[in-house]
Amino acid sequence: MTLLHVDTVSRFFGGLKAVDQVSFEMESGTIMGLLGPNGSGKTTLLNLISGFLAPSSGKIIFNGRNLAGARVDKIARAGIARTFQLVRILPSLTLLENVMLPAVFGHRAHWGKEAERVAHAALQKTGLGDRANASAGDLNYIDQKRLELARALAAEPELLLLDEWLAGLNPTELQEGIRLIESLSGSGITIIMVEHIMEAVRALCPRCAVMNAGRLIADGETSTVLSDKAVIAAYLGDAEYA
Amino acid sequence: MIRLAIALLALAALAVLPRFVSEYELGLLIGMASYVALASAWALFSGHTHYISLATVAFYGTGAYTVAVLNESLPYPAVLLCAALIGAAMALLVGLSTLRLSGIYFVIFTFGLAELVRQLITWYEVSITGTLGRYIFLDLTARDIYWQMLALAAIAIGLTAWINRTRLGLALRAIGDDEVVAAHSGIHLARTKLVAFTISATLITLVGAVGSPRWVYVEPLIVFNPTVSFLTVIMALLGGANRLWGPLVGAIPLFLLFEWLSVNFPDTYPIFLGLMFIAVVFVLPNGVLAGLDDLRAWLGRRGK
Repeated sequence: MTLLHVDTVSRFFGGLKAVDQVSFEMESGTIMGLLGPNGSGKTTLLNLISGFLAPSSGKIIFNGRNLAGARVDKIARAGIARTFQLVRILPSLTLLENVMLPAVFGHRAHWGKEAERVAHAALQKTGLGDRANASAGDLNYIDQKRLELARALAAEPELLLLDEWLAGLNPTELQEGIRLIESLSGSGITIIMVEHIMEAVRALCPRCAVMNAGRLIADGETSTVLSDKAVIAAYLGDAEYA
Repeated sequence: MIRLAIALLALAALAVLPRFVSEYELGLLIGMASYVALASAWALFSGHTHYISLATVAFYGTGAYTVAVLNESLPYPAVLLCAALIGAAMALLVGLSTLRLSGIYFVIFTFGLAELVRQLITWYEVSITGTLGRYIFLDLTARDIYWQMLALAAIAIGLTAWINRTRLGLALRAIGDDEVVAAHSGIHLARTKLVAFTISATLITLVGAVGSPRWVYVEPLIVFNPTVSFLTVIMALLGGANRLWGPLVGAIPLFLLFEWLSVNFPDTYPIFLGLMFIAVVFVLPNGVLAGLDDLRAWLGRRGK
């Protein structure tokens, strides 16, 4: 079943085409890597899907409904959760409260014991289970990243958008992170991950798409895409490979 | 449960207090109850969201003026009801147009709002009704007013305690930390802020209405005095605006201090007000209660 259909979506900032006529579909339960050089429009595309920005044109059809231009909270309640490239946690709340938010206000909108159960389960999954009542402001960078993922999971999303969630992890943490995403994908959540770490993309994503200067220049099986000449040129510069 | 019992006992004790005090002291009690109610009601919205509203006196003055206009034509409970409805309607209107503003723009707008309301009423009175000042003759004793004000303060604190336990409370705290994350968690930002702002503003309007018979003579310059807005903010911040009892802890000593200053230094006391404001923001940005917690934690670490 098609969960997400991004249909000729564009976003302009003045004269800059940050996202230019991008189209792709995703089946429910699949995982896709989204690659491309800095400034190629990956994060903007995630922002368009999560509603942080409204598209200048095009449709974003999720579960049969066009969500293009809908309010952020409405899109969140429809079942799309995300993490941010620059970690955003709520420092004055406890870990549990951070994670309670999407459980309470999100896709399933639980309250009371059930919300706490969902929140605790999300903290457990990301290895923060024993610190539920600590203050989020006291966490180190890696744990903040974990908390952000836990928050996204507590929304019980159908589609999860990860914006360089693995960046900045040391080799051990990276392996842990890859295993975690693998288990999420295995549990049926559809995932789009923006990522620069090729090792992770190869390990996790059978499919990947590549953006350059706002356009989708490749989309297909990961090993094929990564050996594509246009993709290599986009990453390393045109002069050598064009 | 024990906390609730203590709070109710304290409230009962405060309610019988007028039997044992002089007329002047009763006046002080009314003033304290007013500012506890104002600061608590203000913090109900601004404490968690960090939207600093300087519109307190816009609502406070509107409440007082509603009583001044209606006190001869309607029974007193109906006058209060009208004041509450007018305050709520005004808050909805203001909220819908401003709560999309963030940070400093919201502060500036709310400050301008108080001035706008004052000028509008002045213009209306002068050019339509042909009067400027109005008299309030109500058959209420100082004790009646004290009890009503005490009830308002209790309602403001009780309502805050209740909201803190609800979805609304959680949403307001999330908004105060990061609106983007709050929205991405599924929180309807505009609606959440509007609900809290309206509850807060309605309570503030009622404080103005209940306190107004004390003025006897009311005119825009008196009841729309911006000092009320600033005092409310300083009191809430001093105690700790995001704590349930913070506004109360800030309001009582500051009210007494300013009462003393305005009696002894009638010309220079606004200077002290300004200095106080600066000192609170610099020294205790999170309030006395948070400061005490920090101190306790520091002593605990030293003790080890």
